[in-house]
Amino acid sequence: MLICISSQGPDLDSQVDPRFGRAAQFIIADTETGEAKAVDNKQNLQAAQGAGIQAAMTVANAGAKALLTGHCGPKAYVTLNKAGIEVYTGCNGTVAQAIEDYKAGKLQKAAGADVEGHW
Amino acid sequence: MRIAIASGKGGTGKTTAAVALARVMGSCVLVDCDVEAPNAHLFLNPEVQNTQDAYVMIPEVDDGKCTGCGECSRVCQFNALAVLGKSVLVFNELCHGCGGCVLACEPKAITEGGRLIGTMQWGKAGDLDFYDAKLRIGEPMSPPLIKALKHQAELSEAENTILDCPPGTTCPMVEAVGGADYCILVTEPTPFGLHDLNMAYQTVQELGIPAGVILNRAGMGDDCIQNYCKANGIPILLEIPHSREIAEGYAAGKDILSSMPSLEDGFKKVINTISEGLNNG
Repeated sequence: MLICISSQGPDLDSQVDPRFGRAAQFIIADTETGEAKAVDNKQNLQAAQGAGIQAAMTVANAGAKALLTGHCGPKAYVTLNKAGIEVYTGCNGTVAQAIEDYKAGKLQKAAGADVEGHW
Repeated sequence: MRIAIASGKGGTGKTTAAVALARVMGSCVLVDCDVEAPNAHLFLNPEVQNTQDAYVMIPEVDDGKCTGCGECSRVCQFNALAVLGKSVLVFNELCHGCGGCVLACEPKAITEGGRLIGTMQWGKAGDLDFYDAKLRIGEPMSPPLIKALKHQAELSEAENTILDCPPGTTCPMVEAVGGADYCILVTEPTPFGLHDLNMAYQTVQELGIPAGVILNRAGMGDDCIQNYCKANGIPILLEIPHSREIAEGYAAGKDILSSMPSLEDGFKKVINTISEGLNNG
């Protein structure tokens, strides 16, 4: 299964980016094979509004079924939910560690947004 | 002739000046464009004859016709549409009503709906045709309502229009001032008045609208406004004295010509100066 992690850098050793919509990059990781690739989020860093919505579409288009991130705002959550993507907030540390925590079932699924937009 | 009354800084006396100018002109249109906090009616007690809701266009998507091509989302500069498979999520509060998505949608799955942004009302206050509008609570965008209100006021048969504009120098002020033949900037002789006059003057210059100043509360503060106007060649059309009489009248909801009738000549001169200036090109 493909999962997405908001990341400050392009590889598994990068730190999880606590921001979702304006994360530096997204790492799309395959939980079965361990393969991972980075997807750029540059176009959203300067967006005046709606960065979370666009980021959610990027995650959906990459085929991910779960998102691991620090925080998630209301519009991003609605979009991810509509796309059938599970959201896990409160992640930190490295991307690799977040993936391990997810696989070990240590992460708690978010039932809604945990911050306001533009937090 | 369309005269806009703007200021930059809030509370300098825009509405006071707008009401006085409308009164000395006699029959004209007064449009209170400050739709976030309209209050010219407090001085005028107009008899409201009509009310009308104002809407902005929002996209309505027919999921049955949507092919999921994503073109609407790509064309939207405000990120108001998310396309997920063959369903489209619309975030109405992000939509600016430009209609780009309607044009971009090849299968014609998007039609124009409406989102209520406020309510306009108009009627008579003596000889004046009075117009104002209230922005819906929670609505972030006032310019579409100001535009609709000005459009409505154009249907009046009166020849001259006074536009009482919102404070600031951003989109609402630009929308309100737009299309005016002349802009009066009301200010006060304080550092705050000067700072915001400078911003407002630059804005109307950018819009290509000739401008002059009404200096309110003249006598308090210093000569900063006179010096600024002299240096920039901006006419000071009128000085309203800093006076307890005017403040007491204002606090009782009286317009300035009732509290200080001697100002009537001054306001008449303002109108004459502007109309002569415009007629002489």
